[in-house]
Amino acid sequence: MKPITRIHSCTAVLADENIDTDRIIPARFLTTTTREGLGKLCFHDWRYQADGSDNPTFPLNQPQAQGCSIVVAGRNFGCGSSREHAPWALLDYGVQAVLCSEIADIFRGNALKNGLLAIVIDELEHRWLLKHPGIELVIDVREQFIALPDGGRIPFRLEPFARHCLLNGVDQLGYLLQHADTISQYEQRMEAAA
Amino acid sequence: MTAKTLFEKAWNAHVVVPETVDTPAVLYVDLHLLHEVTSPQAFSELRERGLQLRRPDRMLATLDHSTPTLPTNADGTRPYANAEAQAQVTQLETNCREFGVELYGWDSADRGIVHVIGPELGATQPGMTIVCGDSHTSTHGAFGALAFGIGTTEVGHVMATQCLLQRKPKTMAIHVDGQLAAGISAKDLILHIIGTIGVDGGTGYVLEYRGAAIEALSMDERMTVCNMSIEAGARAGLIAPDDTTFAWLKGRPRTPQGPAWDAAVTTWRALRSDDGAAYDREVRIDASAVKPTVTYGTHPGMAIAMDAPVPAATNAQEHRALDYMQSKPGQPMQGTPVDVVFVGSCTNSRLSDLREAANVMRGRRVADGVRMLVVPGSEAVRRDAEREGLHQVFTAAGAEWRVPGCSMCIAMNGDLAQPGQLVVSTSNRNFEGRQGKGARTVLASPATAAASALAGRIADPRDYLVEVAA
Ligand code: SF4
Repeated sequence: MKPITRIHSCTAVLADENIDTDRIIPARFLTTTTREGLGKLCFHDWRYQADGSDNPTFPLNQPQAQGCSIVVAGRNFGCGSSREHAPWALLDYGVQAVLCSEIADIFRGNALKNGLLAIVIDELEHRWLLKHPGIELVIDVREQFIALPDGGRIPFRLEPFARHCLLNGVDQLGYLLQHADTISQYEQRMEAAA
Repeated sequence: MTAKTLFEKAWNAHVVVPETVDTPAVLYVDLHLLHEVTSPQAFSELRERGLQLRRPDRMLATLDHSTPTLPTNADGTRPYANAEAQAQVTQLETNCREFGVELYGWDSADRGIVHVIGPELGATQPGMTIVCGDSHTSTHGAFGALAFGIGTTEVGHVMATQCLLQRKPKTMAIHVDGQLAAGISAKDLILHIIGTIGVDGGTGYVLEYRGAAIEALSMDERMTVCNMSIEAGARAGLIAPDDTTFAWLKGRPRTPQGPAWDAAVTTWRALRSDDGAAYDREVRIDASAVKPTVTYGTHPGMAIAMDAPVPAATNAQEHRALDYMQSKPGQPMQGTPVDVVFVGSCTNSRLSDLREAANVMRGRRVADGVRMLVVPGSEAVRRDAEREGLHQVFTAAGAEWRVPGCSMCIAMNGDLAQPGQLVVSTSNRNFEGRQGKGARTVLASPATAAASALAGRIADPRDYLVEVAA
């Protein structure tokens, strides 16, 4: 994974609460055996009309949302399934960060492991961002704040290890593998006790 | 010694490296369950990095999500929904063969939905840590196991190291006092609980269900309750193991046998929250207040008693949900016309669930125009049900009796509803499009599903059960 220190982009707003993983990528597309190319399926049933053309009422299809890679979403984004296809699809679609006052646990973990910034912010600021689509933000991962166009700052907190991995492009499996000996000792202890 | 919760006991026993401010704990995984949907990319990763499975003996795989539930074709081929679904199944078969994982595949007499067969085989045991690339892994918490869903990257972590990087979650006690009334099921109870604490009420917590009403539940019912913990945002739900648990597990193929069994039970008995153990949050639910409960919106937290009026929408999202469902504020869900009924899924596809549905349907007919699918959770459930003649109750009523699998719970195998159709479903998710694009899902118990199939409208199963008893 390549390091991520900051993201500079405009925001697009998906105000609905409880946007679940089936809406992010419908289950019928989960027959894939790779992680590539899922962007065209992202938000599929919301984004396209029955004839396959773009649904003009889908917020991310609006002209002002084009090129915006920060999504401000309604509360409890990513609830539902553990499918990692959801962050894979979002990243491939061009989303780099999701800002929300509450993000479902499994989705948040999956997102951060793939370099999609799933960031929880305070409710007050969340409400303000929901009401102001299209503004330019800078997300600073190292200092853990979001810079607003007027110079204001929204602080946030990432789990320290997730932040460390993002900043340094650390591969978590590599980190776990370093503990192989300790894991063996644990296994021996458990087997001896059994 | 400070008093500990059940969760803390299970957690502490699996910490390989304790967490620090900077790093999460390295947590050991006792049992890793696999299915075809969330594992292929993890196997690919292992291959790319030249890694092996650390403990294939702690893994168990099955085929359930993409598999057809119709019998084999005359020429012996299987009626897959599409080539990708078949390729995904073949991929898991190949991966299991190459990496040496035990697969309960097409040729196994024990194949079934991953969360149904783990317990059936006795692979699920109290105090274990159990993971699967599937959010309903919480089901196994019914046995006092710390069980939760993980993403595919983590599936790869467990494959290579048998461990996960985890921060310790918070704990929430859900005390369920009193007793469920006659004709009210565990599904009604868990829908009622989620309707009470909300679809995100459990986020960040591990739930522990406790109290008289929980102790009175059978293992099948406990699994139904724990299964839906994730629908309240909690990754795991736990119930302390007791004599009900041990009696259910005894003699199952993967459990300890002989003197080892007695020793295991002694250890398992200690797996309960100590008196005075502190939880981060506690909630009290009165079981006697629970009625037949159904959902009226597009997430499982939008649940009410079927005879209660649908609440008015208070925000744009709720408006959207009511519009999608065509639910009418002020009116009850009871009486709403039904197109499809689905009895199945890891929430409600065990033998007792099928009995519950059959008891309502025996000697009756599914209403004209209603399609009903009954999909047992595993080959073992199918065998037992057929031995009791339950399949004949369903087919005589005009329902379809299928081969085990996830089926219409996730609708990726070709079993799905058409746009606009209303499905009364015993599964766990009523998200938009979950059962087919534009399909409207009402979550309910097996008895309610069966009664609704007969009436052609959402109906109270107690009306049918009373007649039987009379
Ligand atoms: S039955 Fe449904 S919820 Fe259960 S494992 Fe299958 S798809 Fe998931």
